[in-house]
Amino acid sequence: MKTFFSGKAWVYSDNVDTDVIIPARYLITSDEKSLAKYCMEDIDETFASSVLKGDIIVAGNNFGCGSSREHAPLSIKGSGISCVIAKSFARIFYRNAINIGLPILECAELDGISKGDIIEIDLSKGSITNKTKCETYHAKPFPEFLQELIAVGGLVPYVRARLAEKKAC
Amino acid sequence: MSMTLAEAIIAKHTKDRVEPGTICQVNVDFAFANDITAPPAIKEFRKMGAIKVFDPMRCAILPDHFSPAKDIASAEQIKECRTFANEQGLLFWDVGRVGVEHAFLHENGLVLPGEIILGADSHTCTHGAMGALATGVGSTDLAAAWALGETWLRVPETMKVSFEGTPSEWVCGKDMILALIGKIGVEGARYMALEFHGEALAELDLDDRFTLSNMAIEAGAKTGLINPDEKLLKYANERAARSFVPLFADKNANYAKSILIDVTNMEPQVAMPHTPDNVKAVSEVTGMPIDQVFIGSCTNGRLSDLRMAAKILKGKKIHKNTRLMIIPASYEVYRAAMNEGLFDIFLDAEATISTPSCGPCLGGHLGILAAEERCVSTSNRNFVGRMGSSKSEVILASPMVAAASAVAGHICHPREIV
Repeated sequence: MKTFFSGKAWVYSDNVDTDVIIPARYLITSDEKSLAKYCMEDIDETFASSVLKGDIIVAGNNFGCGSSREHAPLSIKGSGISCVIAKSFARIFYRNAINIGLPILECAELDGISKGDIIEIDLSKGSITNKTKCETYHAKPFPEFLQELIAVGGLVPYVRARLAEKKAC
Repeated sequence: MSMTLAEAIIAKHTKDRVEPGTICQVNVDFAFANDITAPPAIKEFRKMGAIKVFDPMRCAILPDHFSPAKDIASAEQIKECRTFANEQGLLFWDVGRVGVEHAFLHENGLVLPGEIILGADSHTCTHGAMGALATGVGSTDLAAAWALGETWLRVPETMKVSFEGTPSEWVCGKDMILALIGKIGVEGARYMALEFHGEALAELDLDDRFTLSNMAIEAGAKTGLINPDEKLLKYANERAARSFVPLFADKNANYAKSILIDVTNMEPQVAMPHTPDNVKAVSEVTGMPIDQVFIGSCTNGRLSDLRMAAKILKGKKIHKNTRLMIIPASYEVYRAAMNEGLFDIFLDAEATISTPSCGPCLGGHLGILAAEERCVSTSNRNFVGRMGSSKSEVILASPMVAAASAVAGHICHPREIV
């Protein structure tokens, strides 16, 4: 799994909900590339057309609140975003992102990041470097069980292994 | 150790140590998805190499969001659900039988006290009113639960919310939960469980309790629990599809936080655009013109909700510049409302009555908003673009405020209409 990312920052405020990440009118597919065309449309019309592969979303508190739609992290992943960093995540979005393999980090000190800043992220160290402003921030480590889940490649390989164990018993 | 209700339920379902913040592997009693979240879950279920769901009588798909199919793409999604359900022999109900998932499941005794319920829908927390630890997850988590009959849960800290006092006749469960969300904010209970208590709670009928638990997610909570009482256990026993053992919080349980809401002098509450914590007393916004009213959803589409609306609408017509969409949440509610004569009141008032569905709540169909339109809705979210155009507005309110506003053509207190 890739653990180093570099890209420009797309900065959003607190409480970005999954209805604006991907409006329900587009939930007639779960294909991430199809969903990506409309990602963030209702709060940022420029996002889907201008986002570049590797870019990073930087957000405030409670990112991904509201609906449980996994289409939200899927649309972000499909758009080419390499990682979402936020002061905090809503709990269903947090689980969904880990499950579908969209890298996320929680970090309290993100106020210094402006739109367009070049950000480098080292997932293995949990470090976030703002190359534009020459600052480094440190992310909150994942709980042990989630580190294991991420290390095996997410929930799908984890369940596949558990099912094989059950069969062997 | 003394336990909150969330802790007691998790402890019954795990071998792991249970205390707030720890992660436990738990058995799941029931796991369901809807027509939007099931297709991705089916895809992940196959990727996991799973062949059969853990127990077909404890796994369900309820096509309620874009059903009856609103277009070809939705029809394809529902068809995929139907095919998978047939293949697995799991529980599935088509239109004509199914209702809005969070009303249909408790009516049919499929979510029961003391259980752990996972739903691929954020409003799964509604079933906390049954005394079940019911929580929303995404499609991949749901697929894992279908495959294994297990999931992982972080034991939540619990916030105790006590509703005390006696409300006026114009105040119901919806006003109580909006008041709480206004007080603690949309992330006030993030990662936590809410546990509702108090004399005003004990007086509420079950429909109003479902409304309370339904909106726990709007404060960021994992679930909104209510300890079973005689009223709830009677309902559960009459309907239970399987045996169950109710669980209760210990008297001296440890709560991370306690909140008191006095309902005695509470006015009806409304949540203004575009966030459920932008809560005001109805008198602060009286007179604001509206274009549409929606009464329904997993929040307020039950029989008592329709009765409250009918009480206001009886003998009146809605304002000429307003349209009123009423959607009973299930066929049980639909038939009961029809038999009680509520449909005559609604039709005389010139409302539309649609078949059970989530309808316009999430901007699906049956009443979508155009740009610059404003809707008073009994549903649970008023995010930007939630019910249609990103330039429309949604105001959340009780069935009484919604019905009164439909008659007035602007937001108003129900006592001004009756």
